[in-house]
Amino acid sequence: MNIIVCVKQVIDPEAPPSIFKIDAATNKAEMHGVPPVIDPYGEFAVEAALKIKETNSGKITIISLGAKMSREVVKKPLAMGADELILLEDEAYANGDSWSTATALAAAIQKVGEYDLILCGREASDTNAGQTGPGIAEILGLPCVTIVRKIEIKDGTARVEKVTSDGFDIIESPIPALMTISNEIGEPRYPTIKGIMAAKKIEPVIWKPADISIEPSKVGAAGQRTALRKLFQPVHEGKCEFAEGDSAEEAAANLAHKLREAKLL
Amino acid sequence: MAEYKGIAVYCEIKDNKILPIATEGLGIGRKLADDLGQELAAVLVGSGIGNLSQQAIAYGADRACVVDDPLLKDYQSDAYVNVMEKVVKQITPQVLIMGQNDSGRDLAPRLAFRLGTTVTMDCVDLAIDADSKRLLQTKPVYGGNAQAIFTSDTDPQMVTIRTKAMTALEPDASRKGEITSISADLQASDIRTKIQDKVVEEVDGIKIEDAETVVAGGRGIGSPEGFQQLGELAKLLKGAVGASRPPCDNDWVPDTLQVGLTGKIIAPELYIAIAISGSSQHMSGCSGSKTIVAINKDAEANIFRQARFGVVGDWKKVLPAFTEKVRELLAS
Repeated sequence: MNIIVCVKQVIDPEAPPSIFKIDAATNKAEMHGVPPVIDPYGEFAVEAALKIKETNSGKITIISLGAKMSREVVKKPLAMGADELILLEDEAYANGDSWSTATALAAAIQKVGEYDLILCGREASDTNAGQTGPGIAEILGLPCVTIVRKIEIKDGTARVEKVTSDGFDIIESPIPALMTISNEIGEPRYPTIKGIMAAKKIEPVIWKPADISIEPSKVGAAGQRTALRKLFQPVHEGKCEFAEGDSAEEAAANLAHKLREAKLL
Repeated sequence: MAEYKGIAVYCEIKDNKILPIATEGLGIGRKLADDLGQELAAVLVGSGIGNLSQQAIAYGADRACVVDDPLLKDYQSDAYVNVMEKVVKQITPQVLIMGQNDSGRDLAPRLAFRLGTTVTMDCVDLAIDADSKRLLQTKPVYGGNAQAIFTSDTDPQMVTIRTKAMTALEPDASRKGEITSISADLQASDIRTKIQDKVVEEVDGIKIEDAETVVAGGRGIGSPEGFQQLGELAKLLKGAVGASRPPCDNDWVPDTLQVGLTGKIIAPELYIAIAISGSSQHMSGCSGSKTIVAINKDAEANIFRQARFGVVGDWKKVLPAFTEKVRELLAS
């Protein structure tokens, strides 16, 4: 099994909301003093690939796209057990939308050539869109299953469980196929010391737009089909009315009274 | 190149009913169509659904396009992408509105790429830009920490809308409109990914998306037994139990109870959040609630920024006393 996993470097979504800031001049978000991370759903996709490798053996290739990526961050999937890392790293790739990002990733996947499965996270924690994965599938003409919680490969067919709002669907798909992975796949494993040492020795392969035979005008900001007009933080009015009391029990009773007065009970 | 004109709404059908998210789409679609002085089309895809086109017109559409084929009985990714591609190429709408739900999340991105355009997912506001007449698409990003307004350069301008973010019109049965039938032209072999089985994980009592009161617990609840106490309060209030992501990931409760960006997005009258810190990803799922009540031991917890009422304290002490008092007040 040759598995390609696409991951993205993002600002840490687990950092406290109080340090989240937007630079109005550049329409960009930042987390002050907190290093970037691999997008959590991308990590779930790496975990899904590692689970398949355990039962079917094979090779896992990680692809990530960006302008200046922290080696420490993008090497984490290698430390978890992936085998190779390809970075689409160039200023030209920066500030793209789903369209230009999927276009570049699909071109890179075509250059890799041999693959049975392509895995992505169900959505990135910054854009919350969930488009890049299905977009790659469309560009490459591949079958696609989104929001997956389990994958079994048998006799050239993938048997997949897709999360639904009231349970799950069991779906059979031919391979090669693209799947987007949800958190129900199970917690991503921690890198082992051995894994971290192995990752140190793996040099990422860097592909510029010319390396994937694509015009710089087709990737990143230049290749976008959507325009970001404005990025802003919604204002919440802080007007919580606290029920007080000498004890927790008394405060609880006072809360019930307040809700009754407000005709909520 | 074809001229793209008018607004179209993809109307999802389940159990021979147009889903509420589709009537909400028709509601905002009607407004956008009026602002542009253009037509609103409803697109209905399914099997044995001809009787529903008049209903879509009653909810605001000027016309209905119906694709009725036995192969479209249930949502299947490949079948629906192919059919919607055909419909869009035939009716060439300037704007296409879909729902941000199980099928919309799957269908909309693939359809957009197939058509060479883009989609903005999970929009909470849509308006026409006065100058460019393009669609201003507002969506939460960074797990709800921020909102972004996008425009698309290509047609159709596609969006999915968040559940309950838009308002449906009161149906008017006297509205008239043209009904067009479009053939699916599908072969069974077009469907590559095949659904073998649909597993429904039954939940006791009222469904969380239908409940007027939701009692939800977070990581601090600590165990399945803790959630039984929440269940007791929910039962008393004739509501449902919900959870943030950690209790689902720890198997204290079924995944189907998850409230949040990647779980259920709900808007009950009363949302009681117990031992939930209020991460942006969770708040995305419940911030539409009419009143949020929070019980949390951390007075600085993010949940209190959006709560109307709250108690700072250990839920293990607060909840039993609160439940008891509620029981007493309801009986009086």
